[in-house]
Amino acid sequence: MSMGKPLPHDSAPMHVTGAARYIDDIPVPADCLHLAFGLSHVARGVISSMDLTAVRTAPGVVRVITAADLPGVNDISSAAHDEPLLAPGEVHYHGQPIFLVVATSHRLAREAAAKAEVVIDPKPAILTIDDAVAVRSYFEGGPLTWKRGDVDPAMAKADTIIEGKIEIGGQEHFYLEGQISLASPQDNGDMVLATSTQHPTEIQHKVAEALGTPFHAVRVETRRMGGGFGGKESQGNALAIACAVAAHLTGKPCKMRYDRDDDMIITGKRHDFRIAYKAGVDAKGKLVAVEFDQYVRCGWSQDLSLPVADRAMLHADNAYFIPNIRITSHRMKTNTCSATAFRGFGGPQGMVGIERVMDHMAHRLGMDPLEFRQANFYKKSKPQETPYGQPVKGFILPDLVRQLADTANYKTRRDAIRTWNEKSPILKKGIALTPVKFGISFTLTHLNQAGALVNVYADGSVTINHGGTEMGQGLFQKVAQVAAGEFGIDMGRVRITATDTGKVPNTSATAASSGSDLNGMAVKNAVDQIKDRIARFLAVDGVKPKDVLFADGKVTAGNTVLSFEEAAKMAHENRISLSATGFYATPDISWDRTIGKGHPFYYFAHGAAITEVVIDTLTGENKILRVDILHDVGQSLNPAVDVGQIEGGFVQGAGWLTTEELVWDDKGVLRTHAPSTYKIPACSDRPDVFNVALWNGENHVPTIYRSKAVGEPPLMLGISALMALSDAVGACGEAYPNLSAPATPERVYMAAKKVGAKR
Amino acid sequence: MTNVTMTINGRSVSGTVEGRTLLSTFIRETAGATGTHVGCDTAQCGACTVHVNGASVKSCNMFAMEADGADVTTIEGMANADGSLGTIQQAFQDHHGLQCGFCTPGMVMTAAALLKENPTPTEGEVREYLSGNLCRCTGYHNIVKAIMAASGQDVSSIAAE
Repeated sequence: MSMGKPLPHDSAPMHVTGAARYIDDIPVPADCLHLAFGLSHVARGVISSMDLTAVRTAPGVVRVITAADLPGVNDISSAAHDEPLLAPGEVHYHGQPIFLVVATSHRLAREAAAKAEVVIDPKPAILTIDDAVAVRSYFEGGPLTWKRGDVDPAMAKADTIIEGKIEIGGQEHFYLEGQISLASPQDNGDMVLATSTQHPTEIQHKVAEALGTPFHAVRVETRRMGGGFGGKESQGNALAIACAVAAHLTGKPCKMRYDRDDDMIITGKRHDFRIAYKAGVDAKGKLVAVEFDQYVRCGWSQDLSLPVADRAMLHADNAYFIPNIRITSHRMKTNTCSATAFRGFGGPQGMVGIERVMDHMAHRLGMDPLEFRQANFYKKSKPQETPYGQPVKGFILPDLVRQLADTANYKTRRDAIRTWNEKSPILKKGIALTPVKFGISFTLTHLNQAGALVNVYADGSVTINHGGTEMGQGLFQKVAQVAAGEFGIDMGRVRITATDTGKVPNTSATAASSGSDLNGMAVKNAVDQIKDRIARFLAVDGVKPKDVLFADGKVTAGNTVLSFEEAAKMAHENRISLSATGFYATPDISWDRTIGKGHPFYYFAHGAAITEVVIDTLTGENKILRVDILHDVGQSLNPAVDVGQIEGGFVQGAGWLTTEELVWDDKGVLRTHAPSTYKIPACSDRPDVFNVALWNGENHVPTIYRSKAVGEPPLMLGISALMALSDAVGACGEAYPNLSAPATPERVYMAAKKVGAKR
Repeated sequence: MTNVTMTINGRSVSGTVEGRTLLSTFIRETAGATGTHVGCDTAQCGACTVHVNGASVKSCNMFAMEADGADVTTIEGMANADGSLGTIQQAFQDHHGLQCGFCTPGMVMTAAALLKENPTPTEGEVREYLSGNLCRCTGYHNIVKAIMAASGQDVSSIAAE
């Protein structure tokens, strides 16, 4: 059996030999053309003149395309139709594509693009949350509020009240493989694309719209991405559409890859937030009322900002029961790149907000932050409802947190750190445990569906295909293990094939951590149909179809024992179909976002992390010393893959809240557009001690083999790093540190200085 | 335009290049060895790491002309003569030292350079040596573990799992 085994990633042998093909490695015909965008050099304005003569006459240039030259709809947006491929007259952010150069090489296209003479009359740009609030630059006309109970009277009666705010920076995805697309024109006006995308179906739809053809004239294939993290959910649309349009106009294959700097300037990032809060507890230290104002910097177009901001609201409770709560979400429209999906999809920001409240209140009460958190957890025994009305079932955090705190000696270490800090005037240590409760399902209910195609060939070899895409997370491996396990054959017989809109149509993005849940079930559904057909065919002489067994490479029907290969061959010769499409739709979910009530999540994934840090109060320099994680993946489909997601998720989450700082200047120019100035965690930043364990338990709802989603939840374990730094800063004096994120050395230094000064 | 010739994975490769043609471009486009990946274009992510005359080099930071006459090894040249995986390659696979795989060729090449200089490095030395190779997926834990294992050291005490 392949299920639950820590098998290596299916592409591992190809990755370690360099044989795995990414889009840029696909052999192309000699006449393949290469594209580059010409970009806006101002954040907001009107294009008053555009002289592209020097671009058109530059070496290697075949064609220059402007908004006026586009054959179909000028739009790359996911939903709102507010994002032109090429700016038609007005520009809305620094780096917005204005025209498209088609040339004989990647470099010649980029060189030519730089020769344009574009004059833009600048208009006052709305760059920051403050700018946007001042002029009420909102999406949807104004803020959205969801509430439960009656906050104001409850707050008035509270024993202790805190108020504060935290700034939370954005995050660049920094997928190692930049955005890239390749389009090849076919006969009959068809277009075939190979694209690095988490959402081949959306690319198909947007390309069809841009070319003015039905969806069936466009086929999109994605074998693998060199990382996605949400950054390839919608941000690949521009390149794919540009390639398809250029291929359509020139009749030649066209490829486009962003140079890294362009990639960082053009594409959207994690939304930065400001969260203002007010919270009250009763005399027993129980939360009675919490109020949040979440300010979200969405950028110039809507993209996925509304569901991102919704998910932030949906995670404003994290693991805690808050009887009276009011969450107001301000989705601010600004002249910056359009913030987009990023692992966690708003959930992390919402969770930072409530974890900050827990940390701040514990400090005010003089309680151990962990004890305060534990005292406010949802009840395990009797499910309580979230602010949006979903009962919190299968809630394991009280036990999980207790186990982690015990095995990692939280209490002993906290005491030891206190003693150590008393003797250490310059260096200060800090420790924090933060929990994660993350809702699994797309909040847009109709996205929670998946299709699959399974073929058994007459030699007993199998191909599987589904709507999910592989970005390194091991989805293909997990789903192949499901198929092999169900057929009772070894992994070598199962070939994983590229995601292809021509094989499985109308798919959802590989996002919301849903890949294995949805596609694993869809593939199992297809496998079950084929097995059922083979079983009915072999069930003779009193053997019932349900008693036909598929195991150990054999099919057993009573006294008849066939190899899987023989069974396939025999079924084929007897005209039994060995191909099936599978389908799955997540049950038990419903959601009304206008009122913020319903049952949006099928279940919750849980985890907790303890992080210990040390800071230098004279410089703000800091280091993560030790991390202990206990995480809930239900019954793991592949523990090695799952642990890899947890380790990588923690490091990425900790990077977001510590070292990764995006800086825009007062002209709206992103100054951190390369790894030289934008610091993702490096190998040397990895914690010295890094203990990761899987919670021993199964999902309480019937997911595929009772496993749980693992893509996004571990990212939020990184919140413990921010809280540990806050704890270390707190050791400098009596005041609450009010540390914002990312907690760079500068911020840690300033916070420590402030806290120390108030002593 | 200049003619250059270099040995890439034991094979002589010639081509006409401009003065500014990068070694990474020559390897990928002229020699067709696409396992060398270009990640950041600016010699910071390390995905394009190769060996030039035995030394580890970020190939997007060297001109093809500078490698004229050199002996270049890329990820495609790291397997054993019989085609089986080399020790480091096998260790990356066995210890799950990869996810999306885009950084993997550069990681393997840097690891090979490290183990040549320092056959039994400490964990700290591995981390320091890899500081010029970025990975966005794994959190580095299993990469360090794979390299420690490839050096023949016991990795059972390296936590996680």
